[in-house]
Amino acid sequence: MSVKLGVPSKGRLMEKTFDWFGARGVRLALSGSEREYAGAVEGVDGLELVLLSAGEIPRELAAGRIHLGVTGSDLVREKLGAWDEQVAELEPMGFGHADLVIAVPKAWVDVSTLDDLDAVAAAFRARHGFRLRIATKYHRLVREYLREHGVADYQLVDSQGATEGTVKNETAEAIADITSTGETLRANHLKVLAGGPVHRSQATLFKSRKARWSEADRAVLSELKARLGIRD
Amino acid sequence: MPEAAAIRDEAARLLAFFEGRGAVRVETPVLQPAETLLDLYGEDIRGRAYVTSDPVVGEAMLRPDFTVPVVQMHMERGAEPARYTYAGEVFRKQEEATHRAPEYLQVGYEVFDRADPAAADAEVFSLIAEALGPLGLRAATGDVGLLIAAISALTTTERRKAALLRHLWRPRRFRTLLDRFSGRAPAPPGRAELLARPDPMACDAPLVGLRSEAEIAERIEALREDAAAPPIPDNEVRLLADLIGLRETVDNIAEHLQDLAVDMPAIAPAVSRFIARAEALAARGVDISRLDFEGSYGRTSLEYYDGFVFGFYAESRPDLPPVATGGRYDALTRVLGQGSEIPAVGAVIRPELALQVVEGRA
Repeated sequence: MSVKLGVPSKGRLMEKTFDWFGARGVRLALSGSEREYAGAVEGVDGLELVLLSAGEIPRELAAGRIHLGVTGSDLVREKLGAWDEQVAELEPMGFGHADLVIAVPKAWVDVSTLDDLDAVAAAFRARHGFRLRIATKYHRLVREYLREHGVADYQLVDSQGATEGTVKNETAEAIADITSTGETLRANHLKVLAGGPVHRSQATLFKSRKARWSEADRAVLSELKARLGIRD
Repeated sequence: MPEAAAIRDEAARLLAFFEGRGAVRVETPVLQPAETLLDLYGEDIRGRAYVTSDPVVGEAMLRPDFTVPVVQMHMERGAEPARYTYAGEVFRKQEEATHRAPEYLQVGYEVFDRADPAAADAEVFSLIAEALGPLGLRAATGDVGLLIAAISALTTTERRKAALLRHLWRPRRFRTLLDRFSGRAPAPPGRAELLARPDPMACDAPLVGLRSEAEIAERIEALREDAAAPPIPDNEVRLLADLIGLRETVDNIAEHLQDLAVDMPAIAPAVSRFIARAEALAARGVDISRLDFEGSYGRTSLEYYDGFVFGFYAESRPDLPPVATGGRYDALTRVLGQGSEIPAVGAVIRPELALQVVEGRA
């Protein structure tokens, strides 16, 4: 048996992951044609590369079908309940930075904090007869964050894309989405609430707590960690 | 863990017990329309209930409690007064690592009766106590009605009172607001600066979305009112803290509350209700000199209790949730009754916990 390392199967996230491992003496590469989604590892014996969609890596880690995986810290927290019982963070990788933020219309001059959002949600519900809508695809993260901060009288509406447009289209009053530069928010006349993001995400190397780790697998992990400069 | 069959038997025994005391047995569907529950509990319930979808009904939830469907059923077609009992599964998703059961049986007893609320409170409490009698459980009680009365009596704006009442069930947020309204914590950053602008409404971006300019202007007016409002007086904050912090037996507390009512006359009616209830409990043979009262009890449960609240705990098993919980929920009948309302009080028992306590003692 070998230790399976799940890595995003395409795009910049894949390239950056390959670069990150490469800079630490572990060469990851696609084997065969670029469309084949098979990979090879040089530098650590007993490590097998598995190419997967970044969004599926949390689930595969939690199911124990892969031992290690690279994905966004936001995806792990969103997709896994009690995530830290299922996976452990081995190392933040310093790329793929994105903040999950809550944004409201910039013209809401009276709203700059969660506190304001909560007060506005109460007034909005009283006037419109339904709970203030926040469009997002990060349901768990946003709900837990708003509960922790005591925000009530809102509802989450699912938005899997073009989330910034939902306010103008009047299918939501506010949004919660990933942003790296804030450009799209500005273009849609939205502003970010003060007080820090819901979550500061970056690409992270995770270890599965649910996979079977044989004696030999542990030895491979130790060698890999030594190579990557990850302390216990 | 007790066997499933044994838990069912215990549920049947409890159901028969309540039927024997004159309750009418009722059933409610497992699938509940999600909208009602979401509007009532807010988005948080999504994290705690199993949500599913039906092509015709739309979003539905696996019954997270019986109270809501029983109230709805009663408001639609119940005769008054009414006493109901039921037994069945409730479903609670455990997102956090609590390792609690996601599905368990509840047996409940609910009273809809206008005649004598204090007597109805005492009736529900003492029937639950009797049903669980041999287990030697400790009962804790509280009174959300006292807290509501004390908040409503504060010398401050209606908006501030409404904000405090709205967050009564979120103790941390409540504390933050109370600190701010009493001048112990500063206003949120940016607020004074906004109000000082010559035209606070001015903005270099167009207004998008459903919330209108009038609504924004209205909120700015509300912020002005709030900025001008004097802090809630220190002595009132102290009295409220005193009330929330109370931990005493019911008979000792009665005297203490009467003292508080001298300084805070607006809570006198709520204090009278408390005393009437204490007398009704004593009349039913409950030893109120050994019955605990906690001022903040019931503040972290589902937010529909607005009067008497109580729970029964196994002191030998502090790891277990309460074996039974209950309380008064008049306001819930107002919300669900679409114009009508009726005083209501009820409680549920978890039969598998009762059996676990028995096993622990064997």
